Amino acid sequence: MRIVVAMSGGVDSTVAAALLVEQGHEVVGVSMQVYDQREGEVRFGSCCTLDDLHDARRAASVLGIPHYIVNFERPFEEQVIDDFVREYLAGRTPIPCTHCNSGVKFATLLDRARGLQADALATGHYARVGRDPATQRYVLRRGADGTRDQAYFLFSLTQDQLAHACFPVGDMTKVAVRACARDRGLRVANKPDSHEICFVPDGDYAAFVERRAGGVQVDGTIVDTEGHTVGRHRGVHHFTVGQRKGLGLATGGRLYVTELRPQTQTVVVGPRSALERTAMRVAKVNWISGEAPTSPVRASVQIRHQHRAAAARIVAGPDATAEVTFEAPQSAISPGQAAVFYDADVVLGGGWIENSA
Amino acid sequence: MAVYLDHNATTPLAPEVVEAMTAALRDVFGNASSVHRPGQRARAAVDDARAAVAALIGADPGEVVFTSGGTEADNFALRGVADVLGPSGRTHLVVSAFEHEAVLQTARSLQKRGWDLTLVPVDASGVVSAQAVRAAVRADTALVSVMHANNEIGTIQPIVEIAAAAHERGILMHTDAVQTVGKIPVEVGTLGVDLLSLTAHKFHGPKGAGALWMRKGVKLAPLLTGGRQERSRRAGTENVPAIVGFGAAARLAAGRLATEGVRQAALRDRLEGGILEGIPHTTAHGATAPRVPNTTNISFEGVEAEALLIALDLEGIAVSTGSACSSGTLEPSHVLRAMGLSAHRVQSALRFSLGQGTTPADIDRVLAVLPTLVERLRNLG
Repeated sequence: MRIVVAMSGGVDSTVAAALLVEQGHEVVGVSMQVYDQREGEVRFGSCCTLDDLHDARRAASVLGIPHYIVNFERPFEEQVIDDFVREYLAGRTPIPCTHCNSGVKFATLLDRARGLQADALATGHYARVGRDPATQRYVLRRGADGTRDQAYFLFSLTQDQLAHACFPVGDMTKVAVRACARDRGLRVANKPDSHEICFVPDGDYAAFVERRAGGVQVDGTIVDTEGHTVGRHRGVHHFTVGQRKGLGLATGGRLYVTELRPQTQTVVVGPRSALERTAMRVAKVNWISGEAPTSPVRASVQIRHQHRAAAARIVAGPDATAEVTFEAPQSAISPGQAAVFYDADVVLGGGWIENSA
Repeated sequence: MAVYLDHNATTPLAPEVVEAMTAALRDVFGNASSVHRPGQRARAAVDDARAAVAALIGADPGEVVFTSGGTEADNFALRGVADVLGPSGRTHLVVSAFEHEAVLQTARSLQKRGWDLTLVPVDASGVVSAQAVRAAVRADTALVSVMHANNEIGTIQPIVEIAAAAHERGILMHTDAVQTVGKIPVEVGTLGVDLLSLTAHKFHGPKGAGALWMRKGVKLAPLLTGGRQERSRRAGTENVPAIVGFGAAARLAAGRLATEGVRQAALRDRLEGGILEGIPHTTAHGATAPRVPNTTNISFEGVEAEALLIALDLEGIAVSTGSACSSGTLEPSHVLRAMGLSAHRVQSALRFSLGQGTTPADIDRVLAVLPTLVERLRNLG
């Protein structure tokens, strides 16, 4: 098989490529360049920096596979950056990685791979894809490494995308992946993991949003759950539901952001207990099977990457929506984050959190 | 079967060049500045190469300064003139909008140091007119730099007229002839320029050897100071094996220029004609102007050139989307944009550049493979 591997220069995708080469596939390495790389003129952050691209190129050369850097500045900007800015300005907390997966990697890059007559597109995600022998449908499952699972970021893949997806390290633990890299003398074996959102390496999302949106700075008030003004702020894009730091309030008790109202530029704060919700509405739902269930589904639902999926009842609604009711209240359900539905380690689907109650 | 059609990026060494260089690496280890006989042998090898390079461009060997390549030659020309003429108040530079980055970025770097820079526009056929240069020069212009042939589309510029336009105003004239020397006859006397850059690896010589030809009497400040090599115009111990290879390549090119030019032009025309006739919605750029015989640049509308390049490479066919020196930037070709091409034409443009090793079978292979690849990529779009 000819397989295109998306190589970020990190250890996971490097090992993914190495394993596919060892399995005898014709492997083609591709790295996405998503912003201008001329020295000294970096427009975004340090995602896939020149160093990362260099690492990917070196790894490909060691593995003896061709390697290409493709210019995806425009799709990345349209599918990921613009949405990221829009969401923050709308008082939501976006997950750009998911949009990058479904809107860039398994879209533009998959098209490229098809254009090269590749049978599959492989990435270094900790997730697994298989096929249900009964229905012939593709099934997405969590990666074997419970601490590294990335299926959460892949919930919006369609059957067609999954049909061409390949996750060679999905069955491995991170420790095993690093050992695998070391055994093969790959110099990225000890490269640190990336944690930040790649295009905002300094982690200052608000500043990034302001730069991109052109000096959008909308002051507003901070109110408590009773509606009393307790302070002022410099724009809802500085906040995330559940946030405690950086409120600049002098009040005694511990206060958390419980709600963002972009229409009135209001930030609502309250005690920790005010963060708890049992129900939420989810939009743009993707059901991995390709079909929404016609009756309520019991599933465990994960509301952010670092959240332990909690038992809930899901009712699919019209226009790709779903109503989710948790068995126990969940803290800090943030609009804009992904709610992903699981049956054990199988991803049933997921969507984007609209609101909670 | 591998097909290499990216000779404007670089060329493979001619076997004769490999032989000459191997002998030099093995036998000529001396320092060309040394007094003893090993040094004298190295000096002789360098002088011999200098004579061959000078002969290729109809120059006096004393006017040829060896450099590390075309980029250094361009830097030497622009910065060397700037350092000499700047103090007299001539601080304006005129270069064409589609120069190679070696000239463009050097000009921009001088701009940051307070120089005025005028970019001369390029017409839709890929030619800079003497008229446009005449309109750009001023009383304080120090230097006009216009490339002899463009690296992406191969169009040959009217250097004779442009040099005359510069000289009317007492302005020095430089041309980056990296893409013409070894491909078409280049005579510094006929061109009428004052400074000319060339490099060995574009005509089957080694990388790391180039030269700046400077007309006798033209004063340039050196880029590299130190020893008195190259008559104090370029300090540093000579890279003897590379210079020997440069000389060997120059000799070969001089002997083959006429026949290779005709042969490659015929192959290029067959490739270009075959693509334009065989694949719908294709356009050749710069094809109406005089061109170097080995280059064609063609847009495949509805196809990302980058994707087509990769698809061709996986078929064993090496081409490019433009200058290899611009890789790593996401900016679409400044050359094609300077010609006023629409964004989708720019993004779908591929450059095919032939060389001495290109055979009719190579062209057949490209013409056999290309239509299927283009169609497949168009269907995805």
